[in-house]
Amino acid sequence: MSPLLFCILGAVLIASAFGVVLSTSPIRSALSLIVTLFFIAVEFLFLDAQLVAALQIVVYAGAIMVLFLFVIMLLNLQDDPQALAKLPLRAAGGCLGGLFLLAALHFFVKPGVGAGTGINTAVPDTFGSTETLGEMLFTHYLFAFEITSVLLLVAIIGAVVLAKKNLT
Amino acid sequence: MTAVSINWYLILGAILFTIGAVGVIVRRNVIVIFMSIELMLNAVNLVFVALSRQLHIMDGQIVVFFVMTVAAAEAAVGLAIIISVFRNRETLNADELNLLRW
Repeated sequence: MSPLLFCILGAVLIASAFGVVLSTSPIRSALSLIVTLFFIAVEFLFLDAQLVAALQIVVYAGAIMVLFLFVIMLLNLQDDPQALAKLPLRAAGGCLGGLFLLAALHFFVKPGVGAGTGINTAVPDTFGSTETLGEMLFTHYLFAFEITSVLLLVAIIGAVVLAKKNLT
Repeated sequence: MTAVSINWYLILGAILFTIGAVGVIVRRNVIVIFMSIELMLNAVNLVFVALSRQLHIMDGQIVVFFVMTVAAAEAAVGLAIIISVFRNRETLNADELNLLRW
Protein backbone atom coordinates (compact mmCIF):
# COMPACT_ATOMS: atom_id res chain seq x y z
CA MET A 1 0.00 0.00 0.00
CA SER A 2 1.29 3.47 -0.76
CA PRO A 3 2.13 5.69 2.25
CA LEU A 4 -0.38 8.35 1.16
CA LEU A 5 -3.26 5.87 1.12
CA PHE A 6 -2.14 4.45 4.46
CA CYS A 7 -2.06 7.92 6.01
CA ILE A 8 -5.55 8.76 4.72
CA LEU A 9 -6.96 5.47 6.04
CA GLY A 10 -5.10 5.91 9.34
CA ALA A 11 -6.39 9.46 9.76
CA VAL A 12 -9.98 8.33 9.19
CA LEU A 13 -9.49 5.43 11.61
CA ILE A 14 -8.04 7.63 14.37
CA ALA A 15 -10.69 10.32 13.87
CA SER A 16 -13.55 7.84 14.08
CA ALA A 17 -11.93 6.15 17.10
CA PHE A 18 -11.85 9.53 18.83
CA GLY A 19 -15.49 9.90 17.84
CA VAL A 20 -16.30 6.70 19.76
CA VAL A 21 -14.63 7.96 22.93
CA LEU A 22 -15.51 11.65 22.86
CA SER A 23 -19.08 11.97 21.55
CA THR A 24 -21.68 12.64 24.22
CA SER A 25 -24.47 10.56 22.73
CA PRO A 26 -24.09 6.74 22.79
CA ILE A 27 -25.75 6.43 19.37
CA ARG A 28 -23.04 8.60 17.83
CA SER A 29 -20.38 6.54 19.57
CA ALA A 30 -21.85 3.38 18.07
CA LEU A 31 -22.03 4.88 14.57
CA SER A 32 -18.40 6.05 14.85
CA LEU A 33 -17.43 2.55 15.93
CA ILE A 34 -19.12 1.12 12.82
CA VAL A 35 -17.03 3.48 10.65
CA THR A 36 -13.88 2.41 12.53
CA LEU A 37 -14.66 -1.29 12.05
CA PHE A 38 -15.39 -0.75 8.37
CA PHE A 39 -12.07 0.95 7.74
CA ILE A 40 -10.21 -1.71 9.69
CA ALA A 41 -11.82 -4.18 7.26
CA VAL A 42 -10.42 -2.07 4.41
CA GLU A 43 -6.97 -2.33 5.99
CA PHE A 44 -7.45 -6.11 6.16
CA LEU A 45 -8.15 -6.15 2.42
CA PHE A 46 -4.87 -4.36 1.74
CA LEU A 47 -3.12 -6.97 3.92
CA ASP A 48 -4.40 -9.87 1.78
CA ALA A 49 -6.89 -11.09 4.38
CA GLN A 50 -10.02 -11.20 2.24
CA LEU A 51 -12.03 -13.66 4.33
CA VAL A 52 -11.20 -11.88 7.58
CA ALA A 53 -12.20 -8.55 6.01
CA ALA A 54 -15.55 -9.99 4.93
CA LEU A 55 -16.09 -11.51 8.37
CA GLN A 56 -15.17 -8.19 9.98
CA ILE A 57 -17.93 -6.40 8.06
CA VAL A 58 -20.56 -9.14 8.40
CA VAL A 59 -19.95 -10.17 12.02
CA TYR A 60 -18.55 -7.04 13.63
CA ALA A 61 -19.97 -4.07 11.74
CA GLY A 62 -23.12 -6.07 11.04
CA ALA A 63 -24.18 -8.38 13.82
CA ILE A 64 -22.38 -7.07 16.91
CA MET A 65 -23.00 -3.39 16.21
CA VAL A 66 -26.69 -4.04 15.46
CA LEU A 67 -26.84 -5.62 18.92
CA PHE A 68 -25.24 -2.50 20.43
CA LEU A 69 -27.57 -0.11 18.58
CA PHE A 70 -30.54 -2.27 19.52
CA VAL A 71 -29.67 -2.10 23.22
CA ILE A 72 -29.01 1.66 23.08
CA MET A 73 -32.41 2.22 21.47
CA LEU A 74 -34.14 -0.26 23.78
CA LEU A 75 -32.83 1.58 26.84
CA ASN A 76 -33.68 4.92 25.20
CA LEU A 77 -30.36 6.55 26.12
CA GLN A 78 -30.22 10.32 25.65
CA ASP A 79 -27.37 12.79 25.30
CA ASP A 80 -25.43 12.88 28.55
CA PRO A 81 -23.66 16.22 29.08
CA GLN A 82 -21.63 14.64 31.88
CA ALA A 83 -20.54 11.76 29.68
CA LEU A 84 -16.90 12.07 30.69
CA ALA A 85 -15.63 11.17 34.13
CA LYS A 86 -14.56 13.71 36.74
CA LEU A 87 -11.54 15.85 35.98
CA PRO A 88 -8.91 13.99 38.05
CA LEU A 89 -9.89 10.70 36.46
CA ARG A 90 -9.87 12.28 33.01
CA ALA A 91 -6.37 13.66 33.63
CA ALA A 92 -5.21 10.30 34.94
CA GLY A 93 -6.66 8.55 31.90
CA GLY A 94 -4.97 10.96 29.52
CA CYS A 95 -1.61 10.61 31.29
CA LEU A 96 -1.84 6.82 31.34
CA GLY A 97 -2.76 6.74 27.66
CA GLY A 98 0.12 9.04 26.75
CA LEU A 99 2.56 6.96 28.76
CA PHE A 100 1.34 3.74 27.15
CA LEU A 101 1.60 5.24 23.68
CA LEU A 102 5.14 6.47 24.38
CA ALA A 103 6.16 3.02 25.61
CA ALA A 104 4.61 1.37 22.53
CA LEU A 105 6.31 3.82 20.17
CA HIS A 106 9.59 3.25 21.98
CA PHE A 107 9.38 -0.42 21.09
CA PHE A 108 7.96 -0.06 17.57
CA VAL A 109 10.15 2.73 16.20
CA LYS A 110 13.42 0.89 16.57
CA PRO A 111 15.66 0.29 13.56
CA GLY A 112 15.41 -3.49 13.83
CA VAL A 113 11.65 -3.84 14.16
CA GLY A 114 10.53 -3.18 10.60
CA ALA A 115 13.62 -4.70 9.04
CA GLY A 116 11.97 -7.50 7.09
CA THR A 117 10.13 -6.50 3.93
CA GLY A 118 7.76 -9.44 4.11
CA ILE A 119 4.79 -7.10 4.13
CA ASN A 120 5.66 -5.88 0.63
CA THR A 121 6.84 -9.08 -1.00
CA ALA A 122 4.34 -11.10 -2.99
CA VAL A 123 2.35 -13.90 -1.36
CA PRO A 124 0.85 -16.92 -3.13
CA ASP A 125 -2.71 -16.56 -4.40
CA THR A 126 -3.97 -18.90 -1.71
CA PHE A 127 -2.86 -16.56 1.10
CA GLY A 128 -5.90 -15.39 3.05
CA SER A 129 -8.34 -17.33 0.88
CA THR A 130 -11.34 -19.08 2.33
CA GLU A 131 -9.98 -22.45 1.26
CA THR A 132 -6.63 -22.12 3.05
CA LEU A 133 -8.15 -20.64 6.17
CA GLY A 134 -10.82 -23.32 6.30
CA GLU A 135 -8.26 -26.06 5.85
CA MET A 136 -6.20 -24.73 8.75
CA LEU A 137 -9.32 -24.39 10.90
CA PHE A 138 -10.36 -27.99 10.33
CA THR A 139 -6.92 -29.56 10.73
CA HIS A 140 -4.51 -27.77 13.01
CA TYR A 141 -7.09 -25.70 14.92
CA LEU A 142 -9.89 -28.27 14.97
CA PHE A 143 -10.09 -28.50 18.76
CA ALA A 144 -10.22 -24.73 19.25
CA PHE A 145 -12.84 -24.51 16.50
CA GLU A 146 -15.05 -27.11 18.17
CA ILE A 147 -14.64 -25.49 21.58
CA THR A 148 -15.85 -22.25 20.00
CA SER A 149 -19.26 -23.83 19.44
CA VAL A 150 -19.50 -24.60 23.17
CA LEU A 151 -18.54 -20.98 23.94
CA LEU A 152 -21.29 -19.67 21.67
CA LEU A 153 -23.83 -22.03 23.21
CA VAL A 154 -22.86 -20.83 26.70
CA ALA A 155 -23.16 -17.22 25.50
CA ILE A 156 -26.64 -17.82 24.07
CA ILE A 157 -27.92 -19.49 27.24
CA GLY A 158 -26.23 -16.91 29.45
CA ALA A 159 -27.70 -13.99 27.52
CA VAL A 160 -31.22 -15.44 27.65
CA VAL A 161 -31.04 -16.23 31.37
CA LEU A 162 -29.52 -12.85 32.28
CA ALA A 163 -31.93 -10.77 30.25
CA LYS A 164 -34.95 -12.70 31.55
CA LYS A 165 -34.60 -12.76 35.29
CA ASN A 166 -34.36 -9.79 37.59
CA LEU A 167 -31.37 -9.27 39.81
CA THR A 168 -32.43 -8.81 43.38
CA MET B 1 8.22 5.96 -3.59
CA THR B 2 8.78 4.07 -0.35
CA ALA B 3 6.32 1.41 0.67
CA VAL B 4 4.59 1.05 4.02
CA SER B 5 6.56 -1.11 6.44
CA ILE B 6 5.27 -3.16 9.36
CA ASN B 7 6.10 -0.38 11.84
CA TRP B 8 3.33 1.80 10.47
CA TYR B 9 0.72 -0.84 11.19
CA LEU B 10 2.14 -1.49 14.66
CA ILE B 11 2.00 2.24 15.45
CA LEU B 12 -1.54 2.59 14.08
CA GLY B 13 -2.57 -0.40 16.19
CA ALA B 14 -0.94 1.12 19.27
CA ILE B 15 -2.73 4.45 18.73
CA LEU B 16 -6.13 2.76 18.30
CA PHE B 17 -5.53 0.58 21.36
CA THR B 18 -4.58 3.64 23.43
CA ILE B 19 -7.71 5.52 22.36
CA GLY B 20 -9.78 2.52 23.43
CA ALA B 21 -7.97 2.17 26.76
CA VAL B 22 -8.36 5.88 27.55
CA GLY B 23 -12.04 5.56 26.61
CA VAL B 24 -12.50 2.83 29.20
CA ILE B 25 -11.00 5.11 31.87
CA VAL B 26 -12.63 8.44 31.05
CA ARG B 27 -16.16 7.44 30.03
CA ARG B 28 -18.92 6.80 32.56
CA ASN B 29 -21.56 5.19 30.36
CA VAL B 30 -21.22 1.41 30.57
CA ILE B 31 -22.19 0.85 26.94
CA VAL B 32 -19.54 3.29 25.71
CA ILE B 33 -16.97 1.58 27.93
CA PHE B 34 -18.02 -1.65 26.26
CA MET B 35 -17.56 -0.14 22.81
CA SER B 36 -14.09 1.07 23.81
CA ILE B 37 -13.22 -2.52 24.67
CA GLU B 38 -14.34 -3.57 21.18
CA LEU B 39 -12.07 -0.84 19.80
CA MET B 40 -9.12 -2.30 21.71
CA LEU B 41 -9.90 -5.80 20.41
CA ASN B 42 -9.91 -4.46 16.87
CA ALA B 43 -6.59 -2.67 17.29
CA VAL B 44 -5.09 -6.00 18.31
CA ASN B 45 -6.77 -7.72 15.34
CA LEU B 46 -5.18 -5.21 13.00
CA VAL B 47 -1.73 -5.95 14.42
CA PHE B 48 -2.35 -9.70 14.14
CA VAL B 49 -3.28 -9.46 10.47
CA ALA B 50 -0.38 -7.10 9.68
CA LEU B 51 2.14 -9.44 11.31
CA SER B 52 0.56 -12.43 9.59
CA ARG B 53 1.17 -10.65 6.27
CA GLN B 54 4.71 -9.68 7.30
CA LEU B 55 5.73 -13.21 8.24
CA HIS B 56 3.63 -14.90 5.52
CA ILE B 57 2.07 -17.14 8.16
CA MET B 58 -1.72 -17.37 8.19
CA ASP B 59 -2.03 -18.30 11.87
CA GLY B 60 -2.55 -14.62 12.70
CA GLN B 61 -5.73 -14.60 10.66
CA ILE B 62 -6.96 -17.69 12.49
CA VAL B 63 -6.42 -15.89 15.79
CA VAL B 64 -8.46 -12.94 14.48
CA PHE B 65 -11.23 -15.39 13.60
CA PHE B 66 -11.31 -16.65 17.19
CA VAL B 67 -11.09 -13.13 18.62
CA MET B 68 -14.20 -12.23 16.61
CA THR B 69 -16.05 -15.25 17.98
CA VAL B 70 -15.12 -14.39 21.56
CA ALA B 71 -16.08 -10.74 20.96
CA ALA B 72 -19.50 -11.81 19.68
CA ALA B 73 -20.10 -14.01 22.73
CA GLU B 74 -18.82 -11.26 25.03
CA ALA B 75 -21.07 -8.65 23.43
CA ALA B 76 -24.15 -10.87 23.79
CA VAL B 77 -23.56 -11.67 27.46
CA GLY B 78 -22.32 -8.18 28.35
CA LEU B 79 -25.30 -6.44 26.80
CA ALA B 80 -27.65 -8.87 28.57
CA ILE B 81 -25.99 -7.94 31.88
CA ILE B 82 -26.33 -4.24 31.02
CA ILE B 83 -30.05 -4.63 30.25
CA SER B 84 -30.57 -6.58 33.46
CA VAL B 85 -28.74 -3.98 35.54
CA PHE B 86 -30.60 -1.11 33.87
CA ARG B 87 -33.93 -2.73 34.76
CA ASN B 88 -32.98 -2.74 38.44
CA ARG B 89 -31.10 0.51 38.86
CA GLU B 90 -32.44 2.73 36.04
CA THR B 91 -28.93 3.96 35.33
CA LEU B 92 -25.94 3.09 33.18
CA ASN B 93 -23.48 5.33 34.98
CA ALA B 94 -20.48 3.26 36.01
CA ASP B 95 -20.00 5.41 39.14
CA GLU B 96 -23.45 4.51 40.47
CA LEU B 97 -23.35 0.80 39.71
CA ASN B 98 -22.27 -0.84 42.96
CA LEU B 99 -24.38 -4.00 43.05
CA LEU B 100 -21.34 -6.14 43.76
CA ARG B 101 -19.93 -3.90 46.50
CA TRP B 102 -20.56 -4.80 50.13
